[in-house]
Amino acid sequence: MVKEIERYGIPIVHMATITTISESVGANRIVPTVAIPYPVGDPDLDGKEEEMRKELTERAVDSLHKEVTDSPLYN
Amino acid sequence: MRLELQNVKIDDIVFGDETTVEGSQLILDKESIITELKEVAGVKDIDIDIALPGEKKRIIPVKDVIEPRVKVSGGQGGFPGVLDDIEQTGSGEVKVLDGVAIVTIGDIVGFQEGIIDMWGEGAKWTPFSQTCNIVVNITPEDDLQPHEHEAAVRRLGLTASNLIGEAARDAAHQETEVYEMGYPDEETQKYPDLPKVVYVEMLISQGLLHDGYIYGTNSGQILPTYLHANEELDQAVISGNCVAACDKITTYQHQNNAVVKELYKLHGKEINFAGIVLAPELTTMDGKLINTDYTAKLCKQLGADGAIISEEGYGNPDSDLVMICEALETDGIKTVLITDECSGWEGTSQPLTDAKEEAVAVISTGNVSHVVELDAADEVLGDPHAVANIAGGWEGAYNEATGQIKCELNAVIGSTSEIGTHNATVKLY
Amino acid sequence: MSKKKVLYYVNQFFGQIGGEDQAGIPPEFHEKGIGAAAAFAGGVKENADLVGTVICGDNYFNENNEEALAFLEDLNSKHDIDLVVAGPAFNAGRYGVACAGVAEFFNEKGIPVLSGMYIENPGLDVARKNAYVIETSDSAAGMREALPQLIKLGNKVLIGEELSPEEDGYLSQGRRLTEITDKIGAERAVDMLMKRLKDEEFETELPMPEFDQVEAAAQIQDLSKATIALVTTGGLVPQGNPDHLQSASAQKWVKYDVSETDALGQDYYTVHGGYDPVYANENPDRIAPLDMLKKMEKEGKIGKVYDFFYSTTGTGTAVDSSEQFGREIGAELAEVGVDGVILTST
Repeated sequence: MVKEIERYGIPIVHMATITTISESVGANRIVPTVAIPYPVGDPDLDGKEEEMRKELTERAVDSLHKEVTDSPLYN
Repeated sequence: MRLELQNVKIDDIVFGDETTVEGSQLILDKESIITELKEVAGVKDIDIDIALPGEKKRIIPVKDVIEPRVKVSGGQGGFPGVLDDIEQTGSGEVKVLDGVAIVTIGDIVGFQEGIIDMWGEGAKWTPFSQTCNIVVNITPEDDLQPHEHEAAVRRLGLTASNLIGEAARDAAHQETEVYEMGYPDEETQKYPDLPKVVYVEMLISQGLLHDGYIYGTNSGQILPTYLHANEELDQAVISGNCVAACDKITTYQHQNNAVVKELYKLHGKEINFAGIVLAPELTTMDGKLINTDYTAKLCKQLGADGAIISEEGYGNPDSDLVMICEALETDGIKTVLITDECSGWEGTSQPLTDAKEEAVAVISTGNVSHVVELDAADEVLGDPHAVANIAGGWEGAYNEATGQIKCELNAVIGSTSEIGTHNATVKLY
Repeated sequence: MSKKKVLYYVNQFFGQIGGEDQAGIPPEFHEKGIGAAAAFAGGVKENADLVGTVICGDNYFNENNEEALAFLEDLNSKHDIDLVVAGPAFNAGRYGVACAGVAEFFNEKGIPVLSGMYIENPGLDVARKNAYVIETSDSAAGMREALPQLIKLGNKVLIGEELSPEEDGYLSQGRRLTEITDKIGAERAVDMLMKRLKDEEFETELPMPEFDQVEAAAQIQDLSKATIALVTTGGLVPQGNPDHLQSASAQKWVKYDVSETDALGQDYYTVHGGYDPVYANENPDRIAPLDMLKKMEKEGKIGKVYDFFYSTTGTGTAVDSSEQFGREIGAELAEVGVDGVILTST
């Protein structure tokens, strides 16, 4: 899906946990996430979870604003 | 370690006054069994039916399949760490009701449940059309949480196996399978020139309905671990009702692990079978990386020359599969992978989620999206409407007017077994 | 039973009309075998009669595709054709593309098509999916070898025998079909491992797929003016799953208006069958962070969150389907001028 949407010239970032798959498939912008059942969250963090979720989402948004380099990962 | 499976061959099951074996017939005292099974925590009601090969019966939604057995010497038996006291399995004499399977059904817990047809087109796609099935229909207590519901169903199936397996205790057996093998150093002294082969069995370990259990330990909470081949054949590993029906490893398939049995045939002749590495498939990237390294390390410590790697499930575990392959091949260990594919209804789509060039030798056990059309059954054990909610089914997959079901192999238990229990494969046209 | 009917398609050159100067001729139909068509007809005469030969200029077919296909449609309705042969095209590119077009047209009607091409012919990718294509040499000198193969294949198709690429010598059509085989998977795996350990030849049952690459789209210049759309493969839907999204092997994608809400929240849940749903159902925004994007919209970090949220189920869904979903969703987003997309996967 990532690639098909990008073919329209729209920058897209893949927020994915298993980044190896995302890289194999050929996503150009990847933000590594936490775990498959909770990519943008972490039930173990309790009070700190919201902060982490915001930071991760911001990283995704910011990647759309950055030029793509050789490595697709935005850690 | 010596394990003797003494097969009491059964080709018929009837209800009667006492649970016992007469000739090749298993007789079940239905009421007593129901009374005992109702004692399992979380269970409100139980019903039991029989489905024999060739009967026009459909079983849905199936959660797990278990072979009833009883250990008659060399240990207490049962399911250590789950229902029974902890002890190492893999030794002794075990009586097996060979040809019988306990099949648990009932209110759907999740999407990972499936169909067994005992006749016709559907029968072709599942190994459990060939067993005489004792179908245990479970009604859980009200207001159970999903995790409690799953645990109740899982424990109930195993309890039924222990209970009904008792019928074999004093029955005559017609066949004996002997599995005898020392620890790797002993076997290496015996067969210094034979290539060492390790079986890497991947277990889905991803939370509710996606877990395997090793001596009752959730596979999601371990690093890859090492088992003597006999332990798996003797009930050390059970299913947590995991992943899609087509490629979940049911408890029955663990008890009769086809890869283990095939490797055993060549042990001491062409290979030195060095045992099983159980590798969990986790939900985090770090988890996958650690498990890949750890699995490769265990294989190296065992001195492996070759390995068979079997997957459980599809999608993200494809990544674990090819990463483990890459790691072993890089270390000079020759691998063969067993997986199924998701190549769409037409079989024209990309079959795997991830790929590595090291994966040069792969067995394909079928396309999970292959569509099958199943005729109306004379009798449905369970609820045919459940197909709307299981993986491989959809709203409308069950045609109420005709009784037919159209679904993907996804929904058929054991159809694309990635431990190679069944006969499906994929051919390129 | 009446005899089956074969139609033969050739270009202006093989139809013996002329070379490049005749490439623009419109299709014409001759009720006889011309060139290769005559030889083919002789080879399959026990099983079928030749209806005739269609000759069409390569440029005409490719530039006036609708008219050319209408011509074929007309022929088909008059003759009730059972088998079509197009080519062989060898390494003639436009001819190959025309043969592929003919194959696609008849294949959609369920009529089998035979063709032959050089492996680098640009028409091959489409042709092989729609026809039984034998591999030929790169020039017409290969006709003598190609024709007997086509005849053999043609006879098999006409009498309804099952075909396979390795036995019948055609290029695979890329269809991976599930079958029952004699040996169980475990036995096949151990056989293959033994071959590897003995350094014998073995053949994988599943060659590794290859993934193509897409050029990265240019970055957004000014985030504060950008509209960002949120898409997930995590199977999130409103309570009750009103559009019946599948739990696995998705056959569709769905979209919901989120313009009036600050978060997905408890109005949503997951139907995805591939992961433990407990954490997603506690807080669906853990799967698709609409809440955080809305916050950024309020803070002015981004211009706007697009009004609709898109969702499908990733597990077991064929890559073909997910590509189709991507194309459809991408087309919508491009049309409304969305500037960037966040896609979350489970």
